[in-house]
Amino acid sequence: MISIWFFIGISLAVNGALILAAGIYQFINPPVNPGVVLFNLHANVWWGAVLLVFGLFYCVRFAPKRRA
Amino acid sequence: MTPLLAIAVPTRLVHLAPVDVVIVVFYFALVLSIGWYLKGRANTGEDFFMAGREMTAWVAGLSFLSANLGALELMGWAGSAYQYGILATHWYWIGAIPAMLFLALVMMPFYYISKTHSVPGYLKLRFGEPSRALSAVSFAFMTVLMSGVNMFAMAKVMQIVLGWDINFSIWVSSLTVGIYVTLGGLRSAIFNEVLQFFLIWAGALLIPILGLYEAGGWNNLKLQIAHRASDQYVHLWSGLGSFSHNPMGINWVGIVFGLGAVISMGYWTTDFLVVQRILAAKDIRSAEMAPIIGAGFKMFVPIIVILPGLLGLGLLPEKLVPESVATVTGGHSYNDVLPLMLARYCGPGLLGLGVTALIAGFMSGMAGNVSAFTTVWTYDIYRPLFNSKGSDRHYVNMGRWTTIIGVLISVGTAYLVMHFASIMDYVQALFSFFIAPLFGTVVLGMLWKRATGPGGFWGLLCGTLSSVGMWTWVKVDPSALRYVALSPYAKGLAQDMFQALWSFITCVVVTVVVSLATKPVPDSELTGLVYGMTEIPSVGDVPLYQKPLFWAAVVTVVFFVLNIVFW
Repeated sequence: MISIWFFIGISLAVNGALILAAGIYQFINPPVNPGVVLFNLHANVWWGAVLLVFGLFYCVRFAPKRRA
Repeated sequence: MTPLLAIAVPTRLVHLAPVDVVIVVFYFALVLSIGWYLKGRANTGEDFFMAGREMTAWVAGLSFLSANLGALELMGWAGSAYQYGILATHWYWIGAIPAMLFLALVMMPFYYISKTHSVPGYLKLRFGEPSRALSAVSFAFMTVLMSGVNMFAMAKVMQIVLGWDINFSIWVSSLTVGIYVTLGGLRSAIFNEVLQFFLIWAGALLIPILGLYEAGGWNNLKLQIAHRASDQYVHLWSGLGSFSHNPMGINWVGIVFGLGAVISMGYWTTDFLVVQRILAAKDIRSAEMAPIIGAGFKMFVPIIVILPGLLGLGLLPEKLVPESVATVTGGHSYNDVLPLMLARYCGPGLLGLGVTALIAGFMSGMAGNVSAFTTVWTYDIYRPLFNSKGSDRHYVNMGRWTTIIGVLISVGTAYLVMHFASIMDYVQALFSFFIAPLFGTVVLGMLWKRATGPGGFWGLLCGTLSSVGMWTWVKVDPSALRYVALSPYAKGLAQDMFQALWSFITCVVVTVVVSLATKPVPDSELTGLVYGMTEIPSVGDVPLYQKPLFWAAVVTVVFFVLNIVFW
């Protein structure tokens, strides 16, 4: 049976990758009016990266094992 | 125009970028996939209703906590923190931690070794059929109504925050929940609750991090709150000496005895919605560890709930107002503080994750209600009252159909609330009537062997009726609150605390009096059900760091330290 932690890993990794990608895009093409406070900290870049790393760790650690 | 934009209305708190929409859609795809994957593992009654009783302590514990971490809870308490300050934290600390530890160390062994499927099921074993019937019918009825109320509230929030059409929100969320619970049963609900736990932390933790950075740290935030509101907004206990010295209009008696000793004990130890998650644990050690793990995380939930409310109070340029005023003036209400803070700090992607966390909270709460309703209906109402000789497969099929019917009743309730808004207040009040007396009945049943069946039944009934009576009294004559809460300065929340306290006392007194006047239950019938008549199972020969008692002690120490630090 696939572990619940594997599903958590997929969720965090995919969300982290999407947020990181959106953050990098905004970092390269900063909007004229960011619409958020503390935009200069680029939270979506580092928070997306954190989620991606956690997610990948869970995916690898709890990956379904192949049957012999 | 995309379908998503087509259903939107112009006024909304936040605007989603395409990446946000992708994150929301991915969430729905993932939960449906989990339900589909688990459908082959819900073929027996134990699988469908009890998740096979094979959950680890971590899964059961996080699910136990998540069942209470819905989006209404998050937004409501963030709003309360804006309105009442740090006092709202009491609902996470003294209003939860002692009760969770009590459940783990005192009550869980009885629930677990009796192998009951539900809390009403325990009442049947201890007090007989009438007590079970009273508890089961009231729980099933109220749970499915609450599910509908929450569904409507969610749809309303989605309309305000995102501009989504109410019908769209109701049907998409209810169909999704209906599909994944029908397919996978309790295991599916638990898996999605654990997923929701991570999404909520991932989606909400940035708000306090960035908020404290903007405020210049905790001490600066306290100064700003003291400047904009009052110094009492940042103290947990120092203003609770009297009703008039704190924003909540309550005193320490109400918090300690009403909230800490009765309401929270009732909710965390006898509300089957949360207890069901622990009953799915794989062994007695996991069943005891699960609430302790839940308590450990519960202590830190104020970081993502209370702190955003306080940050809103200290940092938001506009002043938030009560819901009734916001409706008239068009401004933002207290309950909008969490979405407002989300919109303040979260750009594309992060906003989608935050919104997904709210949706996940709503849906897992609904799934929790529906799965608990399904179990109680099938095992505590349908089987004893209508068909006691069905096969296991028959009851599983009944559970699947009940899930669908429960979702449809919830949808119907949501539409009823849409047209008669005052129903929401009545349903929420009704739910609170049963919690405190039920705790009195269950705890007496577990700890006092002289308690009898008639004592349990009449105690539960009289406690509930006393709660209904006090609520009606204050509803008809609001000035009666001074008698219920024992102070002319008492405010609304004080009523809840003292009403619970009196109804609990009524339940205990009636149970004791009736029990002493009726024939004792033979000792042989109390084995496995009552303290002193039961050999409490050992958690096994495990190292100290794996013992529930050790971790309960750690949680207790942290609990006291936190209360002293924020005194």
